[in-house]
Amino acid sequence: MNQKNATNVAYYRSLTRNIVLVVIAVSITPMILVSGLILYLYQNSYRDKTYAYLGEVVQKHKQNIDSFLKERLDDIRFLTRTFTFEELSEESFLQDRLFTFQEEFGPVFVDLGVVNERGIQVAYAGPFKLGRALYSEADWFKKAMSREYYISDVFLGLRGQPHFIIAVKENWKGQSWILRATIDFVAFNTLVENIRIGLTGFAFIVNKDGEFQTKPLFDVAASKNIYLDLLHQDKAGDKEVHIVERYDAMGRKNILVADSLKGGDWLLVCQQSYSDAFADLKKALRWTILINVLGGLAILTMAFILSGRIVKRIARADQEKNKMDEQIVETGKLASIGELAAGIAHEINNPVAIMVEEAGWIGDLLEEEEFKESSNLEEFNRALKQIRTQGKRCKDITYKLLSFARKTDPREQDVQLNELLDELIALSAQRAKYGNITFKTDFQETLPTVMVSQSEMQQVFLNLINNSVDAMEKRGGVIEIKTRLQGNEVVIEVTDNGPGIARANLGRIFNPFFTTKPVGKGTGLGLSICYGIIKKYGGKIEVHSVPEVETTFRVKIPLPKDRPDRTGAPRAGSEN
Amino acid sequence: MAIANVLLVDDEVPFVETMTKRLNKRDLQVSTAFSGAEALEKLGKERNVEVVILDVKMPGMDGIETLREIKRKYPLVEVVMLTGHATVETAIEGMKLGAFDYLMKPCDMDILISKVGGAAARRREQETKIVEARIKEITMRRA
Repeated sequence: MNQKNATNVAYYRSLTRNIVLVVIAVSITPMILVSGLILYLYQNSYRDKTYAYLGEVVQKHKQNIDSFLKERLDDIRFLTRTFTFEELSEESFLQDRLFTFQEEFGPVFVDLGVVNERGIQVAYAGPFKLGRALYSEADWFKKAMSREYYISDVFLGLRGQPHFIIAVKENWKGQSWILRATIDFVAFNTLVENIRIGLTGFAFIVNKDGEFQTKPLFDVAASKNIYLDLLHQDKAGDKEVHIVERYDAMGRKNILVADSLKGGDWLLVCQQSYSDAFADLKKALRWTILINVLGGLAILTMAFILSGRIVKRIARADQEKNKMDEQIVETGKLASIGELAAGIAHEINNPVAIMVEEAGWIGDLLEEEEFKESSNLEEFNRALKQIRTQGKRCKDITYKLLSFARKTDPREQDVQLNELLDELIALSAQRAKYGNITFKTDFQETLPTVMVSQSEMQQVFLNLINNSVDAMEKRGGVIEIKTRLQGNEVVIEVTDNGPGIARANLGRIFNPFFTTKPVGKGTGLGLSICYGIIKKYGGKIEVHSVPEVETTFRVKIPLPKDRPDRTGAPRAGSEN
Repeated sequence: MAIANVLLVDDEVPFVETMTKRLNKRDLQVSTAFSGAEALEKLGKERNVEVVILDVKMPGMDGIETLREIKRKYPLVEVVMLTGHATVETAIEGMKLGAFDYLMKPCDMDILISKVGGAAARRREQETKIVEARIKEITMRRA
């Protein structure tokens, strides 16, 4: 039994485990797949959007800066077109022009200078003492002389401060001269510095040699020559905007977006840390993971709770089934015992018949002359009579055994319950006698018959009587059976003065499989069968019990409805 | 003349033997059979059997089957059924099939004799009727 329990426990455990695994697999897998797929698609589209946005920002600012440079250039050109070399060579006049510019544009123009063909600054207006400075060897001068105008890279120059120059070449009396303007580095820097994207996004400008033309706000994540690095990376594209991803010194991933400026001399670069650019994505990822984890936990919990409940229920059902099986076996056993009894009774009948016949034959022979004088004739006859009497007794026993072991016959017929009860009392009398139990009857003589199955009624009342006998077997007592007609019902009461039924059990005694008898003694089916049978005939069965005083089972069976004009027609509606 | 010419059918040999002796003693002509088939065979040979005492519960061909056969082949032969309690319904069915009466085992000898007597009387009565009918027929034909 213990081993059986152990295998059961193992079985239920593996059942639980299987259910849990199936539930988890079936619920978590799609959840992860769906959220993973959505996240992947979202990430892709988000990346595209972000890049597009960054590209747009860079492009817009590139245009701004380009137009800024062009406007400044135009300003200088305007001066060279409007005024002559001579006019501009006047330092006071140049000073006036610078003031006008500074008034108009703020401190963008730091100074103005007029340089002649030989690189000598003939006039200068500005804060530095650069009058008559010689620029013939300066890089910008050489470049400016070879073309119409020139915008230099940022350099320190003679003044020792970062700045860049816009130079415009003009001819006067066959000689070239140059008007150059210094653009304030700070003002220009602000232009770029003001480009901010998110928290970490900033912009800077580099030239072809990778030298910074503006001061980057933070560390730049790129190899030494940013210009080459960025352009090289994106060879394939004739796209205007180049986008690459680089790690900075701290190991953080950064996005660099670049676009060329100043006809390709410069590169406007925007750098934003990856985590900043994709902060929303990260947030979404975090949420997804959180939801997945919480959902997973919920599923796990539910899987465990549910499977536990299901298995518990299955276990209970199994248990009930086992119990039921046992009871079915028990009932089957009883039925086969009944059949066996019937068989035995029948088989005994034959030898008894032979014995009685043999005795009869001896009796026949004794009547012959030769035995008439025998002194023991009287004794022979007495013995033979005794054999016959005992044979008859055997016959009676088998008769009763047979009539009760017989299969129930559900055919409805007119049954006189008084007679039926008398028979049952006679049957139970032997057993009752051993238990010191006596029967008392109070039958209404004129009790009408009812339309029921004889064998079912036997079953009902035999059950009630047996219950009473069982209850009182130890101490003895009285079983009183009363019948009477009440209205259109026949009422039968079976009362005993045994220990009675506990109040807690009163409501349950008609439930199937409810029994207070020890295991194996009672099936708990008796009263529920009684209840079923009486209900079938539209009757009632009630119980009243005062423990230790008396317990009464009252059965009410309605008279047939068509009693007054009974013509043998089938009774309709009697089943209810 | 004997009270009746009887065929006793039962699978219990000692019962048949003792019964035979007792019935003989009471002036009955008795032949015996130990199964339904044997009974039918005997009836075919001994045409003077008037009453069959037939046990209902026999192995092989049971009482009811034997009865049906007897009534089909020899309608004039009367049958008295012998039965244990469990087969009362069978005995009643036998009555419907044309058995004269039934008795419960173990049975009282006097009752058995009177039933057999009754059966024999009916048989003779019916035989007489048939004979009379034949005579009538013959005389009518003569006339």
